[in-house]
Amino acid sequence: MTDSEVHVSVDQVELSAELEGDQGAVATPDVAEYALWLGDDALILAQQLGWWISRAPELEEDVALGNIALDLLGHARSLLRYAGTASGRTEDDLAYFRNEPEFRTVWLFQQPNGDFAHTIARQFVASVYLDALYPRLTSSNDPTLAAIAAKAAKEVAYHRDHATQWVLRLAGGTDESRRRMIVALHDVWPYVEELFRDEPLIDALEGVAVRPSTLRADFDAVVDAVFTEAGLELPKGMISSGGGRRGSHFSTMGYLLAEMQVLARQHPEATW
Amino acid sequence: MTTPADLAPVEPELSEAEKQFNDLIAADSRIEPRDWMPESYRKSLIRQISQHAHSEIIGMQPEANWITRAPSLKRKAILMAKVQDEAGHGLYLYSAAQTLGISREEMTDQLIAGKAKYSSIFNYPTPTWADMGAIGWLVDGAAICNQVPLCRASYGPYGRAMVRICKEESFHQRQGFEILLELMQGTPAQREMAQDAVNRWYWPSLMMFGPPDDESPNSAQSMAWKIKRFSNDELRQRFIGMLIPQAEVLGVTLPDPKLRWNEEKGAYDMSDIDWDEFHEVLAGRGPTNSQRLQRRREAHEEGAWVREAAAEYARKQAAARAEVA
Repeated sequence: MTDSEVHVSVDQVELSAELEGDQGAVATPDVAEYALWLGDDALILAQQLGWWISRAPELEEDVALGNIALDLLGHARSLLRYAGTASGRTEDDLAYFRNEPEFRTVWLFQQPNGDFAHTIARQFVASVYLDALYPRLTSSNDPTLAAIAAKAAKEVAYHRDHATQWVLRLAGGTDESRRRMIVALHDVWPYVEELFRDEPLIDALEGVAVRPSTLRADFDAVVDAVFTEAGLELPKGMISSGGGRRGSHFSTMGYLLAEMQVLARQHPEATW
Repeated sequence: MTTPADLAPVEPELSEAEKQFNDLIAADSRIEPRDWMPESYRKSLIRQISQHAHSEIIGMQPEANWITRAPSLKRKAILMAKVQDEAGHGLYLYSAAQTLGISREEMTDQLIAGKAKYSSIFNYPTPTWADMGAIGWLVDGAAICNQVPLCRASYGPYGRAMVRICKEESFHQRQGFEILLELMQGTPAQREMAQDAVNRWYWPSLMMFGPPDDESPNSAQSMAWKIKRFSNDELRQRFIGMLIPQAEVLGVTLPDPKLRWNEEKGAYDMSDIDWDEFHEVLAGRGPTNSQRLQRRREAHEEGAWVREAAAEYARKQAAARAEVA
């Protein structure tokens, strides 16, 4: 090992460890749009989970939620970087210099943190969905997406386990925690449907993308098993039509983006 | 296996135990939780380790303030990892203190009640992104100078926790330096932001080494017990010596016109530190003392139902297992 290899910069350490799919491949516009879907989902969830660090109910959860946020941010960076290859934009161009209608995040991922039960309910749904999605995406004909999915698949399996344990604890803990868990599941459930909707883009990406509707059975099976163990009933009620994949967003999205983008937009010519 | 009751000092054996303790200290060996130790040594360690743990936990806040606004995704990831490390450090340190017979709950209650101290540096606000750089470079840099000698602290669990913490702190300092370097090579507004942050954090970081040696009440005993290995002033000088060449590389000015090497004294000459400010902040009259404690209290209180649920769930699970067995 030479000296220059020993004294690696923070950048090099971080890039090699965190980012997949940086092998110079250029995405087609359709593939880029799909990468943007998944990347925006991961980015918005990471942004929200990051808020918990220093505010969690116990230190172990500061660490755990921080870990999950970091994993998701890693997925977002890989996916946005790849999406950007189609239009000559960087991950930061996409994260910081797009306006709200240009984001492609589904509404489940945009649901506000709320109390810890709401964060867990959102995380449970998101993780069960992603844990169905990424293992399938590893067989994508697109090698970059497959590589990103291979790394993400291992991580979301842990996220699912973490969220499941908390659903069981909160549902099976005190009367108060059970009440809060039921309210939170009821509040996030209207946004489950949108995760599994097949948008027209999916038809153009046969063999590349995972068809969302094909994930529903796996999702339902996992949810059913966890809810049975927790003694929870499947929330019934309203379904939101959402619209995130077309750039129509939940009412809190503008605030989230304003906070995330404020500094970068104050110095549009700067690098950091 | 010994139980805590077996370890209670019995009067006739005390001198023998004390002799053993003194021998271990003299031989630079580690004192372990099972060893007899003077009550004052135990208390002093609990005070120091818990203050250190509290500092890590309160110290998450000034930086967490920028996680949601970090100006690039790479910086966001690094900052998240760093603040998460601090939670981890708090956990190791609380665990080390627990080996001395205090619970995490007691320590947390002391912190929230405002009865425990933590490093005063975290009572300063972080109004700009450059503060993330200055905290890493100056505050973590000062912490490293203070903490590296603690890796050899006589109490085993503390020394071992510090080894791990110091490894991560040196990464933290480098990332802070790198933030400032990037800013100093950037636009005029970025350079101004960086210099402003260095101006604000330089003096408070020098205060982190504590009062001058002749006014430091706990230092002498800690040195004798080999918990502490160098005096406050020695460490402060060492830190300044480390900063000067790094400031040159960065292109920032350290805000002390009197700072220069004095060959005769073999030390740096510098302006007087404003100890009135130090004592004011220490006494709870810094800019954000109340905000820091409020935030910690709110997180703790709002999380109470979650901790109760986890405890109750664990109790029910254990009861169910016992029933099966």
